[in-house]
This record gives sequence, C-alpha cells and structure tokens, in this order.
Amino acid sequence: MSILVIAEHRGGAWNRMSFETIAAALELGRGLNLPVEAAILSANSAALASELAKYGVSKVYAVTHPLLEQYTADGYTAAAEQLARKTSPKLILFPHTYQVRDFAPKLAARFGKALVSDVVGARASDEQVTFVRQLFQGKLNADIAADLNEIAFASIQAGAYRAAATSENNAPIEPFEVSLDASAIRAKPEEPFREAQRSVDLGSAEMIVSVGRGIKEKENLPVIEQLAQALGAEIAASRPICDNGWLPMERQVGSSGQTVAPKVYFAIGISGAIQHLVGMKGSKTVVAINKDEHAPIFEVADYGIVGDLFEIVPALTEEVKKVRG
Amino acid sequence: MKIVVSVKQVPSRDSNLRVNASGTWLDESDLTYEINEPDAYALEEGLQLKEKLGGEVIALCAGPERASQTIRETLAKGADRAIHVQMEDAAGLHSLTTAKLLAKAVAAEKPDLILTGLQSEDLGYGQTGVLLAELLGWPHATIVMEVEPRDSSLRVKRELEDGWFQYVSLPLPAVLTVQSGIKKLRYATLMGIKKAKSKEVKTISASDLGVDLKGAGGFSRIYAPERKKSAQLFTGDAKRAAAELIEKLRFEARAL
Repeated sequence: MSILVIAEHRGGAWNRMSFETIAAALELGRGLNLPVEAAILSANSAALASELAKYGVSKVYAVTHPLLEQYTADGYTAAAEQLARKTSPKLILFPHTYQVRDFAPKLAARFGKALVSDVVGARASDEQVTFVRQLFQGKLNADIAADLNEIAFASIQAGAYRAAATSENNAPIEPFEVSLDASAIRAKPEEPFREAQRSVDLGSAEMIVSVGRGIKEKENLPVIEQLAQALGAEIAASRPICDNGWLPMERQVGSSGQTVAPKVYFAIGISGAIQHLVGMKGSKTVVAINKDEHAPIFEVADYGIVGDLFEIVPALTEEVKKVRG
Repeated sequence: MKIVVSVKQVPSRDSNLRVNASGTWLDESDLTYEINEPDAYALEEGLQLKEKLGGEVIALCAGPERASQTIRETLAKGADRAIHVQMEDAAGLHSLTTAKLLAKAVAAEKPDLILTGLQSEDLGYGQTGVLLAELLGWPHATIVMEVEPRDSSLRVKRELEDGWFQYVSLPLPAVLTVQSGIKKLRYATLMGIKKAKSKEVKTISASDLGVDLKGAGGFSRIYAPERKKSAQLFTGDAKRAAAELIEKLRFEARAL
C-alpha cells in the first residue's frame, strides 16, 4: 500500500520532471496517509537509485535488467507491470513526458485502467483522489476521480508542482529483478541522436517576439518581423507555426523546442498551451497580445492587450520606433 | 498496404467554449467542428503511403451523427471508405473505453497499419494509438516524424524531447501516432468531394461492438480554470493601448 513514482532518466541523467512528480506524490501521500516509493528502470541503476533515495521517498526500487538498457515500450511496460503486481501500489504516478506517453497508457490498460494523463493538480480525500487536467490546450479544466480501492495511474505535467527537495535521509534501496524476454520486445530502437547544431540560440536572447496561430497565414509574418526588427529582438514561434513550415523548427519555443528566459517575451497570437508555457515562463517580463481574453497566456503575462494583432502590432512597432528614434 | 487512419472530430479552434449548465461538457449549441489537426496529418501520411505502395486507406471515426461531416472530408481527400462508430456521448468517455470501441471496430479489417494523430485538441489524452496497439496485441511507435516502409516492417523516426530523435524499426501490423507537420496537408479537390459522395461509410453502434459504456465516464466536472495572476491589460484603440504598453515597458518594467 503505497504511492509509486516511476522516475525517468536518459543516459544516466535525470529528467527533472521526476522530482516534480515525487513532490505531487508526497503531497497526496500526506493526504491519504500513504508512503511514497520510487522506482528506476534501467540496465544498471546503482548510482541513479542512490540519488533518488534522497528525495524524501520511503523506498527506492532499483529495477534492473540488461534489456532495459535502451527504452522500449514493451520492455518498460513488462518491467513496470511486474513491479506493480508484486508491490501492489494504490496509485502509480509518472512525469508526463514523451516516454511516459509511449508506455504508461499500455501499462494502465494491463490493469484494466485508463491513465489520467497530463495532470496539473490533485486533491486527496479518503479513498479517492480527484485529478485536475486541462482540456482544449488549457482553456478549460476537468476533474477526474480515481478510485483507490483498485490501482490508479496518472501522469503529472511539467511545472505543475515544485520539484521535491533533497534531504540528508537516504531511503533504503531494494533491488528488484524482472524477467524479460528479448523476443517479446518488438520495436528495435537505434541510438538517439540530435540533428545538426542549432544555428539560433534563443536561450541567450535578451528580447523575443514570438508568434502563434493568431497570425493566420505565412504571408502575414512581416508584421511580426517589423516589430522584432524595431526592438532588436529574436523571432520565435509556437509549435504550429513551425509544423506548418512558416518558421524553421529551431525557432520553436516550448517543451519540444527551446527553453528561453529573455528580459521581455512578446507572445503574439499565442493562446498559451502548457507545452508552450513551460518553454517561456522563466521570462522576466511577458507581454501577451491575443484576441481571446480567456486565453491562458494572460495567466503568465505581466502586460496584455486584448484585440486584433493586425492592428496592435503595427501600432506597437510605430511606438517602439518613436522611443528608439 | 491496408491502412486504417483513426480520426476524431473536435470543436473548431476558434470556438467560443462555454461549459454546459450541468458542468459535464460544453454547450454545443453554438459550436462548429473540424477534424482534429494531428489526425489530418495522420491521414496525409496514410494517403501518401498508399500512393507509393498501393493498397487502401480506411478512415475510422467514433462520434455522433455530426462526425459524418469529418468522415466525408477524409473521403474527399482520398480515403477509400470509412467506418463510423456512432455514439452520442463520445466526449465523456475515458481513453480506454474509446480505444476498446475503435479496436473492436477495426479488428475484422485486419489492416497492416493503423495511423492516428499524437493527441486530440479537445481532450488531449494522447493515448488512443498506444491503447489500440495494446488491445490489438501489436507494437507501436509514438510521435512519428518519418515513415520508411520495408518489406514486412517499418523504420520510423520518432521525436524525443529536447531536440533528440530516434529511429525505431517495428514489424507489421503496427500502430503509429503521427506528429503534426510530418507532411504538407493536401486540400480536397472538387473531383474528390464529388467522388466522396459515392464512397462506402459503414456505421456501427457501440452496442453492436459489445462495449459497455456504463460507468465509462471520464470526468466528473469541467470548468473554466481559476486565473492565477492577472496581467495588466490595456484597452481602447490599438494606438493608445500600444502607447500605454510601451510606456509601462520603459518606466515600470524597465525593459526597453
């Protein structure tokens, strides 16, 4: 009887979202009076397991097998299933990463359950947890109740919880051996790689003008470029703009693009899906221009104008030119 | 190659989203609908694979009567026929129930490949493809950016996080979830729209498929999120709002 966190790493380095997920688990654990345990799946997890043991959990399972050297959905699902059947947690939490999206729904289905994916908050009461997740890219929230009389599964979105802190205490580490069959791992992964070095480093930009779907057409981009030029800012974009090929992928800000922290970030025609927000919320000052006053971007913005960007942006460019003379 | 593309109809992106009186879903009276954009990319990939390799593309869609509009659109773009799992309350189902319906509807077709978008723009669970593979007992790959067909397998390029990618090979039959932007989307031609009218759409109900929808509800309540931090908003005409904003950026935020 516990809450189990399946932590994520790649090539010996932690995905920091693992510690945010532990924080969510610890908070729920206090509400439900349940201990929090964590697991790491790998070929040789000794070093990572002892690091994980410092994050306030009561036990760490070091799940090892040579076939866990490289991530595969089949290998991870089988290993996590064996651990879950043996330890019978009430709730399994994951960081909501691309890797988790690839195997956690499959794991939950083996227990006849639906993963509650992409959770931004949770409340515990008695034998029940109510998860909060976003709909419509953050425009609405939904409550989903999970019954803990049976096992439940949820994945926690980046930035929803502040990462758990380390302590002096080291939780015990329990080796957990799994049996995996190479022939049952159907997908054959090759080594992960990065594409050619980025020629644009938005991470060090002082000022960024970022554009989203509100721009409507590629032909409208000069409106944005003129503002960026007047400000001496870099141009960036949300994912759909790069998917459409209107700006190169390397100018994308967000969870699948670059993380930026400029002095000023102009979000123009960007509604503010959480995948975009995690890439820019470290900006010192955020300016949002959007026609929808309910757009989530206004939650992280310091200043905003609600209205038609095709009127507002040229007016801004004029003002900037005036003060920059 | 026999390819099934699973698509969803979702409220249009510019919709004014209002929660209904009971707080269980949207007030649908003034909504318009469109194909889930990631699924449009899955369809495009399916059509291009068929054009290269021959075979058939079958569109699969679970949803109410109105979803037939989206199904027509897939046929107009080039899908050969379609399966419509007709049900009134598709939005309220959780991911596993929806996947069970789709898996049962498609199993008899014995396709070589199922494609779907990486997630829906309304519920955003991002699970349909993975669950279809699990329920059919097939391998899968998610967030796919390139598909390279081999004899009885595929080599695909997956997007990982933080600028990393990976090639993965997997035997057929298989399920892929497709990343938006994989190929340039086509428009339906007039000829395509005309042809679509005579293409076969098979309609099945959830009870035909033997899936019990009782207690399969996803959420208990939906609501507008609390706005944590409110931005200072400038209103009025564009010129004045712009001047006020620049003033604040210069003298309050000291950013310009």
